Amino acid sequence: MISSNQPKCLTALDRPNSYIGQSVPRPNLARLLQGRGQYVSDLVLPRMIHVAFVRSLHAHARISAINTEAARAMPGVVAVVTGRELADVVTPWVGVLSHLKGLKSAPQHAMAIDRVCWQGEAVVAVLASSRALAEDAAEAVEVSYEELPAVTDMRSALDPATPAIHPDLGDNLAFERNHDAGAVDAAFAEADEVVEVEFVFGRHTGVTLEPRSVVADWNAGERRLIIYQGTQAPHMVQNIAAKHLGLAEQQVRVVCKDVGGSFGIKVHIYADEMATYGLAKLLRRPVKFVADRVESFNTDIHARDHICKGRIAVNRNGSIKAFEIDDLTGIGSYSMYPRTSAIEANQVVNLVGGQYTTPNYRARARVVFQNKNVTCQYRAVGHPIACSVTEGLVDLAARRIGMDPVQIRRLNLIGDDAYPCASPTGLRFEALSHHASLQKLLQMMDYDALRAEQARLRGQGIHRGIGLASFIEVTNPGAAFYGVGGARISSQDGVTVRLDAAGSVTCYTSITEQGQGSEAITAQIVASGLGVSIDRVRVVLGDTDATPYGGGTWASRAAGIGGEAALQSAKMLRGNILQVAAAILQARPEDLDISDNAVVDPSSGERKIELSELARIVFFRPDTLPPGLQPEMVATRHFVPREYGFAFTNGIQASWLEVDTATGFVSLLNHWVVEDCGTVINPQLVDEQIRGGVVQGLGAALFEHCIYDERGQLTNANMADYLVPMAAEMPDIAVGHVVTPTKESELGAKGAGEAGTAGAAAAVANAVNDALSPFGVSITEIPLTPRVILSALGRI
Amino acid sequence: MKAPAFSYVRAESVEHALELLSRHGNAAKILSGGQSLLPALNLRLAAPAVLIDIGRLDELRGIKLRDDVVTIGALTRHADLLTSEEISASLPLLRKAAAHVAHPAIRNRGTIGGNLAHADPASEFPACMLALDARMVIRGEGGERRVNARDFFRGIYETALEPHELLAAIEVPRPQPGSRTYFHEFVRRSGDYAMTGLAALAHVDGAQLGDLRLSYFAISDRPHLARATSHLVGVEITAERIAEAQAELDAELDPPDDQQASAAMRRHFARLLLFRCVADVLGRPELAMEAVR
Repeated sequence: MISSNQPKCLTALDRPNSYIGQSVPRPNLARLLQGRGQYVSDLVLPRMIHVAFVRSLHAHARISAINTEAARAMPGVVAVVTGRELADVVTPWVGVLSHLKGLKSAPQHAMAIDRVCWQGEAVVAVLASSRALAEDAAEAVEVSYEELPAVTDMRSALDPATPAIHPDLGDNLAFERNHDAGAVDAAFAEADEVVEVEFVFGRHTGVTLEPRSVVADWNAGERRLIIYQGTQAPHMVQNIAAKHLGLAEQQVRVVCKDVGGSFGIKVHIYADEMATYGLAKLLRRPVKFVADRVESFNTDIHARDHICKGRIAVNRNGSIKAFEIDDLTGIGSYSMYPRTSAIEANQVVNLVGGQYTTPNYRARARVVFQNKNVTCQYRAVGHPIACSVTEGLVDLAARRIGMDPVQIRRLNLIGDDAYPCASPTGLRFEALSHHASLQKLLQMMDYDALRAEQARLRGQGIHRGIGLASFIEVTNPGAAFYGVGGARISSQDGVTVRLDAAGSVTCYTSITEQGQGSEAITAQIVASGLGVSIDRVRVVLGDTDATPYGGGTWASRAAGIGGEAALQSAKMLRGNILQVAAAILQARPEDLDISDNAVVDPSSGERKIELSELARIVFFRPDTLPPGLQPEMVATRHFVPREYGFAFTNGIQASWLEVDTATGFVSLLNHWVVEDCGTVINPQLVDEQIRGGVVQGLGAALFEHCIYDERGQLTNANMADYLVPMAAEMPDIAVGHVVTPTKESELGAKGAGEAGTAGAAAAVANAVNDALSPFGVSITEIPLTPRVILSALGRI
Repeated sequence: MKAPAFSYVRAESVEHALELLSRHGNAAKILSGGQSLLPALNLRLAAPAVLIDIGRLDELRGIKLRDDVVTIGALTRHADLLTSEEISASLPLLRKAAAHVAHPAIRNRGTIGGNLAHADPASEFPACMLALDARMVIRGEGGERRVNARDFFRGIYETALEPHELLAAIEVPRPQPGSRTYFHEFVRRSGDYAMTGLAALAHVDGAQLGDLRLSYFAISDRPHLARATSHLVGVEITAERIAEAQAELDAELDPPDDQQASAAMRRHFARLLLFRCVADVLGRPELAMEAVR
């Protein structure tokens, strides 16, 4: 059974006919279900051609010759373009940010010029009248390579004997961060027990249902490039495309209609997408690029791929005295642009131990280059690593001192009355609810009954385990993420609300929709803030020509930041409307309100004038209004939190599973999440965000793995060999909430997009180790495949 | 991931299909349910010049029971095997196996003939046909011939079919009354390719096994009929007997290594399946418990 414990909506926003806190259906649902979505691959423009890329077969090689003659003669071929030819149109970039001190990377071109640095890097573009013909011709392109030694193992990437992938950089170290807080050495020296272990996190990727897709259309007459693309950040794409194509920003328009899943995959600037923009400009006609599944596996950003040593100091009374980590991550051959590939390791350093009271914390993170596809920000950036390391260490410490995993958390989680406070890395917490969340979780899962069942089944040779994972989650980021490092990625968002001539409302927002419900919550907030029914609100998003300037949808920011802008713009428009209504009704604006599509007397509820009638007067009979009154039926407001750099949320997850110790198979039996994202705007959308995130975390825990061989070849770039989590293996996921609204906004909403992914793998790993505790086995590697478990049990 | 260009011909009759096959030889591929062939085309792993679509040849469809032989037409879909009363009553092993073949969408199009002619070593049905001692009915322009399952599967994607021949039907002898079947496969996810699987047919004689055919798949380049069962037939079954059979099984296997399962894992799974199968067909769960220790 899927259960959900939905909070009551909050009082501050509980205006008449408020939609906030209600699971209203998404306005785009019928359209999408009827197949009327507008995805980039549906788009057909006159004179449009298709590009297929010839991609490197090698992880590291010098390009000695390219022969395109045969390909040019193939049927339907319009052009064959090499990296050197395209370099005249698109300038290279370097994926660094100034606030990540010491981060270095090499210039990257839209297509390789004389050297390839990972298997799958685009080398030649073949453009033809159909994708099939372009693929036929791509097979006829001859590229000669001289293979170079491939750096693939992150553990030896920094050895002096290992060649530097980019010789100009001197070595393969992209970034290093060290942090030391409190008295770590003394804490370890004085603690009763110290547990030390190495955690291994496999490389995996996002696998969006809709692959990355672009149509770029250069209009030579207007000298303007229109980019149709499924992206999370249209204004960022506009800025970067303009910068590297030598255009002014107003010469680039980015249009983002429906998007079939992003998860962070579509928030970056990919070389092949830049190539597509450049090819459209070069050839002066529309070019379509839709990545196929093999290309997606080889070129969509990968994530994780960490080896993290962790230590915990604990006293026998359960008091945690210190954490220490040493994290190593391989990011591929370049730091991704423009958000960089150092953010995940940086987040790991920030987040480890952040839910606990100990002030003693030391961390080192090193980020190294490899001849593999790049890694970058994927859903819950760094959180799953930090959570698995922290919660894995806490469970091992509890086991060492013979304490129940719940008890050690009760003793060490930051108290719910301790806020505001800060973590050892300086993260400032406004208000979190670790203990209330833990208490709620224990009730939902009936912890004591599960422990009894576990003990009973062990007698029958059935090995079940319980795993807990508490976490903190970064949401609503301000400029601290990217802006301060020099990236032109907006951290503020804007919303314009307009009352139309028939009394309906059009709303333009700079956040984007990837399928998670941005459009729905924006309509809910505007309808509530203005006092109109939701069917009167039409939301427009994803067009740099139309919407206010803003960041888009990533890092769990759309509801908290874009939502507040929507609320404030709706309130402002309400004020403007009431001013006009007061003039018409010869009343005072403060004695009027809007409810259910009419201006009303708030005390009696009497309908004074319908909004449609007011709009008629404003737009068609302004001559009847008092002199000097100029109605403004459009209002715009922007928002970014200023007091806190991030709105931290918190939560806790639990897994209940069974390990078949004969086969190494794990069966997930149940999963529970309690999280605190502040105001819940749409409970169903939040719960499904959580569930979707959990499923992606469970994928990482048990299934998903980009497997490279020692020569840097990705060996499972297809849906048969790369195992995504599927329904049959998923447990029921129960979601509960504790509500602590942020006081930084009137809406009070924090983000909810990372919570599910943040803790799911940690809960599963802890549960597997709990199940295997009679065998004296502890596994700290994911994915937890049958091979890993059978090996740990000594059965193979 | 777009298929290279090919010609497409829809066969109007079996004779027409055979004529097309003999005209195009190795350049042609038979298109049946398309569930293996079309992905291979899209990945450009196969590039036949001609596809001969036999999908409308109703004479190749259907399940018939006569004289204790079940004849299954090559175009019979996996979904049909799952729902057929004849199959449930006469060949429960095939029904059990069909539930493990991929997912409903694939079972709705994939055909038994296409599956067997494709001869994927990780596939369920070839092993079932070997366990059931089935015969393949093969049509060529020269006429019809029959090949036993043990001679039909010759390696990875290799069978006894000649380029000009068509697999028309499968004849499966109905197991004698009182026989029992066992099917299990180890897969990472429901519907995935097996890491190791077992299709078994047993004849139980009191507390003993009168006959036992253990047909393993995903453990060799073709389905493997275990010889180790000689230790288990006509004797009192004890944990020691099973251990002997396991040791023998281990000696006769030479499993491959791949991403999902190492050779050692496959050996482990094969031994475990032997235990679980014997315990299951004899109704002695305590034997399987002993295997876990």
